[in-house]
Amino acid sequence: MTDFLLELRSEEIPARMQAGARAELEKLFRAQLSAAGLEAGELTIWSTPRRLALIAKGLPEATAAVSEELKGPRSSAPPQALEGFLRKTGLTQEQIEDRDGVYFAVIDKPGRATAEVLAEAIPAIVRAFAWPKSMRWGKESASSESLRWVRPLSGIVAIFGEELIQCEVSGISAGFATRGHRFHCPGEITIGSASDYAEKLRACHVIVDHEERQAIIRDGAAKVAADAGLTLVEDEGLVIENAGLTEWPVPLLGRFDEAFLEVPPEVIQLTARVNQKYFVVQSSNGKLANGFVCTANIDAVDGGKEVVAGNQKVLAARLSDARFFWEQDLAHSLESYLPKLESMLLYEGMGSLREKAERISTLAGWIAEQYFPERDPDTARRAGLLAKADLATGMVGEFPELQGVMGGYYAERGGEKPGTVSALNQQYIAAVEGCIPACVALADRIDTLTLFFARNIKPTGSRDPFALRRAALQTIQTVLVNGTRLNLKRLVEKSHEIAKGNTSIAEHIEVSDGAALSADLLDFFADRLKVQQREAGVRHDLIDAVFALGGEDDLVRLLARVKALQAFMATEDGTNLLAGYKRAANILKQVGEVSGTAATTPPTDADAALLAALDTAEPAASDAVSEERFTDAMAALASLRAPIDAFFDGVMVNDPDEAVRAWRLGLLARFTGAVHGVADFSKIEG
Amino acid sequence: MADGADKTPLSFQDMILTLHNYWSARGCAILQPYDMRVGAGTFHPATTLRSLGPEPWNVAYVQPSRRPTDGRYGENPNRLQHYYQYQVILKPSPADLQEQYLGSLAAIGIDPLLHDIRFVEDDWESPTLGAWGLGWEVWCDGMEVTQFTYFQQMGGFDCKPVAGELTYGLERLAMYIQNVDNVYDLRFSDAVGDVPAVSYGDVFLENERQFSKWNFEVADTDTLFAGFKAAEEECKRAIAANVPLAAYDQAIEASHLFNLLQARGVISVQERANYMARVRDLAKGSCKAWIDSQSGRWTEKYPGWTL
Repeated sequence: MTDFLLELRSEEIPARMQAGARAELEKLFRAQLSAAGLEAGELTIWSTPRRLALIAKGLPEATAAVSEELKGPRSSAPPQALEGFLRKTGLTQEQIEDRDGVYFAVIDKPGRATAEVLAEAIPAIVRAFAWPKSMRWGKESASSESLRWVRPLSGIVAIFGEELIQCEVSGISAGFATRGHRFHCPGEITIGSASDYAEKLRACHVIVDHEERQAIIRDGAAKVAADAGLTLVEDEGLVIENAGLTEWPVPLLGRFDEAFLEVPPEVIQLTARVNQKYFVVQSSNGKLANGFVCTANIDAVDGGKEVVAGNQKVLAARLSDARFFWEQDLAHSLESYLPKLESMLLYEGMGSLREKAERISTLAGWIAEQYFPERDPDTARRAGLLAKADLATGMVGEFPELQGVMGGYYAERGGEKPGTVSALNQQYIAAVEGCIPACVALADRIDTLTLFFARNIKPTGSRDPFALRRAALQTIQTVLVNGTRLNLKRLVEKSHEIAKGNTSIAEHIEVSDGAALSADLLDFFADRLKVQQREAGVRHDLIDAVFALGGEDDLVRLLARVKALQAFMATEDGTNLLAGYKRAANILKQVGEVSGTAATTPPTDADAALLAALDTAEPAASDAVSEERFTDAMAALASLRAPIDAFFDGVMVNDPDEAVRAWRLGLLARFTGAVHGVADFSKIEG
Repeated sequence: MADGADKTPLSFQDMILTLHNYWSARGCAILQPYDMRVGAGTFHPATTLRSLGPEPWNVAYVQPSRRPTDGRYGENPNRLQHYYQYQVILKPSPADLQEQYLGSLAAIGIDPLLHDIRFVEDDWESPTLGAWGLGWEVWCDGMEVTQFTYFQQMGGFDCKPVAGELTYGLERLAMYIQNVDNVYDLRFSDAVGDVPAVSYGDVFLENERQFSKWNFEVADTDTLFAGFKAAEEECKRAIAANVPLAAYDQAIEASHLFNLLQARGVISVQERANYMARVRDLAKGSCKAWIDSQSGRWTEKYPGWTL
């Protein structure tokens, strides 16, 4: 058993692609070996910005010999068939066997040296490697067929045991030599085998194991912060990214002018993280402090003083840009940005953002009036109007990720009510809490859904370019988190009415009937609700069972009913009642129309008992439902379980006496009807 | 500083001269700036047109670059509407391009064991040139000092072979080397005898003030619109007349007039894409005409080469 080392060296691989590249290398290597009849076994895969490395432990020296048997034509077949078979197998007629009138070829494949398999596998892996984006380079790129790689591929190390695997891809031959750290150790270094690879590189300032580099950054960043009495704001994404940018990571603490802290912390964190890949730090009070941690790729000769000084300068320039936007934006009221929204267009035929602001305002005000006991429609209208204004500010232009958050800050500085501030701040999160924020978020999302559905633009399969599924999901989450009792149908119809009143949109609307549109959207919501509730363990068939009753568009009430139903279905009464219901429904389905005149009195005691139970349970269930006491409604249904079981045990529905049969069918119809008053049990699985 | 305390860092012009010497010693023809207003060194026909086709092409030059919307009336220490790019084109891209580039940084006084040099993913795309490439922005202690690109396409055509492009931001690099926080404080040239030193501000501060005002406030938009249209027409005429180099000049002109119109704030969001598409058509058309005019020679000289 022998270990194998493969290193594919290249110019700097983008950090974000390294994890995918490791998975791709593993996949291709296993596939190549398995095609040759070898099991790859335990693999170690590492990446740095300049290399992908793979170590396969304990490969056999050769593949096992195999004997393959091929069935050929019948010996009575025309000679052309035999000729074809001989050509295909490369054998002569003497070498094949005639077994009971059928030719068979036995091809013995001797084991192949693993080294030989690897020599073919490496070029195949390199050529088949799928990168998110790849390129051509150098002299060879004069041809379109030249090798593609993420950046120029510069070297290959391939050692099986201590033997070099001789292979070549696009002019690059495998060898024993690699390179160490670009600056600390720029010369060639010779690798002996898989076992000394990592340590030889370490001696040359390269930590090849990405997880080790991640740990150095994670712990080192925390330590340099702690040494200065600060706390690192953890950010695993940054840990991985910095590990993907360095071969010898050295976290260093830098500072910036405290005066910049007047800029909102989100802005500082974003510019530090996104533009510079720095961690931010907090002081003991949990507030952002005037420090950052950058990760150098060198052990600088001065201990990093110059590196820190340089990075401080860059961050200071970035922060002064950010402060410039902050101050510029604050020089004007949020409202004064509204005219700029006129030239910011939504999807073609859906008007401008300015028009959208108007619609959100109207709809948010309407929702507040209709559904919120706090009733502050004026604030809802105001918040709706201002919701998108920050999109025209300099800061959001520079940092689009800060949409909403900046609106909140600017509204606060402008003396808007807390509800407005919170509405602007929260508008892009999934579950928006509070009366005014919920009014605005619902208005925004319902407006979007209405506009697209009215144009018949809907998600199909995996394609949802306008994130309409997310808009519906977030609507549901917002309704549920606030326990808001609203009629989605009315809301959609209102939104549709507002859209139709918006002249630049009206002419593009294809679905002009509000009821048809709301029915369509309600189905869409039902699907999203099932997906969303599945995670919470709510059964989709039970949601269907309640939705199927029709007319239910109050999500809070619907879910309360579904949850009571789910609890009931978990009881023995529930499962038995379902069985009874299915049996009754089957019988009724087979009968179709009930013929004959029903008997006037219950034919037997079992009949009488079920009738009596229904007389009590039916009104009890129906009252409970209308008063939204769904657990009581389930209890009423539960009281039917014993009588329906006794009924099926004691009597035969298809009595020879037509009148008795008709009576019993009538009773069963009443039973299924009573159950339907609570939920459509035919939709329930099991 | 960078290269030890005993050495005075290079002046702005010495940095340029050092780069000229460095790339000249590596076989580059040292060209002069193109005599038209452009947004970046890439627009110089020595890059755009010459990156097409099979012929080797190794050049370096300084290109004054105009970005009207970046003007700050001389009040921002980092932003300019006119600045210099140092552009190097090596076709085909040599195997040691990164090493050659790092050598140039060392030549102007950046010690990579004192300063943290990093290659950070940055894929380059110029929608107005119909061009793209993969590469990095090169960071020095967190500051982007160079754009490093392997051209894959230009004017919508595959680069065969691929050219490596290095674009140094000269002011940034100089500010770094000279350790100044304000671009106008850069030493442009050093004092010699009685002749005083010249600062970057001496040369360009007034330009920034006046051109920012003209770009943002004064430039007559009707004239600019008319100029755009005229350049567009002239470009098409030149293409038809099979003089692609002249056509390309008009594409550059249209591109710059579009940038000025943007600075004047008279191009709406929806019109913007349309204007960019028009400029791209001109650039692509010029590239195509250039290829058509040269491909006979190319295929003759490089058998087997195809577009």
